[in-house]
Amino acid sequence: MNPVNYLYLAALLFTIGATGVLIRRNAIVVFMCVELMLNACNLAFVAFSRLHGNLDGQIIAFFTMVVAAAEVVVGLAIIVSLFRSRHSASVDDASLMKL
Amino acid sequence: MSASAVHSLWTTAVDPIAKIEAPKIEYGQLSPILIVIGAAVLGVLIEAFVPRRHRYHAQLFTASVALVSGFAAIVALAASGYATTRAGIAAMGAIAVDGPALFLQGTILLAALVGLFTFAERRLDPEAHGNRVDSFAAQAAAVPGSESEQKAVKAGFTTTEVFPLLMFAVAGMLVFPAANDLLTLFVALEVLSLPLYLLCALARRKRLLSQEAAVKYFLLGAFASAFTLFGIALVYGYAGSMSYGTIARVVDGTAPSVTPALAGTTANDALLLVGGALIVMGLLFKVGAVPFHMWTPDVYQGAPTPVTGFMAAATKVAAFGALLRLLYVVLPGLRWDWRPVMWGVAIVTMLAGAIVAITQTDIKRLLAYSSIAHAGFILAGVIAATPEGVSSVLFYLATYSFVTIGAFAVVTLVRDAGGEATHLSKWAGLGRRSPLVAGVFAVFLLAFAGIPLTSGFAGKFAVFKAAAQGGAVPLVIIGVLSSAIAAFFYIRVIVLMFFSEPRPEGPTVAVPSPLTMTAIAVGVVVTVVLGVAPQYFLDLAGQAGVFVR
Repeated sequence: MNPVNYLYLAALLFTIGATGVLIRRNAIVVFMCVELMLNACNLAFVAFSRLHGNLDGQIIAFFTMVVAAAEVVVGLAIIVSLFRSRHSASVDDASLMKL
Repeated sequence: MSASAVHSLWTTAVDPIAKIEAPKIEYGQLSPILIVIGAAVLGVLIEAFVPRRHRYHAQLFTASVALVSGFAAIVALAASGYATTRAGIAAMGAIAVDGPALFLQGTILLAALVGLFTFAERRLDPEAHGNRVDSFAAQAAAVPGSESEQKAVKAGFTTTEVFPLLMFAVAGMLVFPAANDLLTLFVALEVLSLPLYLLCALARRKRLLSQEAAVKYFLLGAFASAFTLFGIALVYGYAGSMSYGTIARVVDGTAPSVTPALAGTTANDALLLVGGALIVMGLLFKVGAVPFHMWTPDVYQGAPTPVTGFMAAATKVAAFGALLRLLYVVLPGLRWDWRPVMWGVAIVTMLAGAIVAITQTDIKRLLAYSSIAHAGFILAGVIAATPEGVSSVLFYLATYSFVTIGAFAVVTLVRDAGGEATHLSKWAGLGRRSPLVAGVFAVFLLAFAGIPLTSGFAGKFAVFKAAAQGGAVPLVIIGVLSSAIAAFFYIRVIVLMFFSEPRPEGPTVAVPSPLTMTAIAVGVVVTVVLGVAPQYFLDLAGQAGVFVR
């Protein structure tokens, strides 16, 4: 199969993720959408790696996974502490600071 | 058919695998980064094994020794010519060791040392149950206002984890401006960001604000870094390589060998243009340039003030370093594409930062918008696209970082019953009650405004001169105009402090320990010395203005 099709899929997944970040209100769901964007990047890396016939892209996919895991650790810690003090993980409720 | 014959149907005998060569790592040239990472790891071990009452001193000692020796290593590298004649690429092409990298790393280390002093300050808050407390939560996991929080305060807990977190962030910042391939750039971006997200959530007072700031910073930061990563994927797809040098050659059309696949992808300019734009977007988010500045005021206001000062200073230095290297080393071939965009970004950033700052009533938000305006001024130097542009940006970053940390350190001193009194109305008449503190803050504000005889003037003059020589005269005119707008609100704060009646229930000024005093004194000394006699440092930045490729 033509690797370019995987690039279209990656771009589609990335767009779904970005749209989700913008329209969803729950911090956990927003965060999951960010993870979807990172995975779309991984797919693009691997597809380009196949296209060019070198391994750089596949190596980067591993690094991305590690970074995404680290981000989950930090992100969930922050979101859970927010949830415990407010009993809500909505990003709209977090508005103590105004312009 | 024998078993071995069947086996040979789908395997072929290959030559014995060539030995994999061990990568060559130049430990000496990487020593500043390695020292800081080592100290961060040591800090984690201290948290695990040292008794609670000794941790603060052990952490403070480890961190300050590491930052000082890291700076000494930078000076040693620069003295042996790695900034000029012996500049090169280290660690198998991952890290560049050259003038801009060493200059910015030195600035980051000194700013981090001063920031460390404000982190370690323990005399501003009144003692809680006989224990000295710092600006950070007794126990970050305890729910604000709950019984477990009171227990933690009573037991005298302190979050000494902030020191290793600070060191990890510094390590990421040291790599960020020196990264010489896109993967290192991305990993450094995350290594510097993740500890900062956590540090933002750790304030002792106003914990809800602090947690909210951390969530906003985290979600927006992760969003921006996902865009950066997609940009990296597209640029990798265009050039078939992550290395800055190789990408630059492909962009210039001077690649030594072109495979059919590479010929196919380089025919599609959209990959490069969109990818480059997405990476630059991620970096502009980190420096807080309009239209990616939305997080700045909220995060600066909610984060613990020592963290805000450190973040405002050091992150900006690191991110501008990475932006310069990306635009000057990887994408000079696209100069005619990125310059108009950066023109627009710089103009909007300068004007929006300066104009919105006028309406602010909180001193930390005011400084946040002022930092946005300063990002615009620095972008004017970036646009010059000349060696003078690079050195002027380096100089501006050095002057700006110390003023920022000093200014936020002063903000920690002005307190009332609820902690720091950040509302501007409470600062009225501060100059009569405490002339020294108000005077020092006035010096910092004048430096932000770019009044002559302060470092801010020398820095602004350098970037605007470079921008004008680079052919961006209209940009300089807008820059000077927005400096004038910005000067208005800086002067307004000075007038408020010195020429209005102090309110009876106004805040008090805490007497800090020598740590914060040092941080503020360093800020004042740098402001005055670089303002009165900037030439030596301008020359230093001038010598450091050439990137290695």
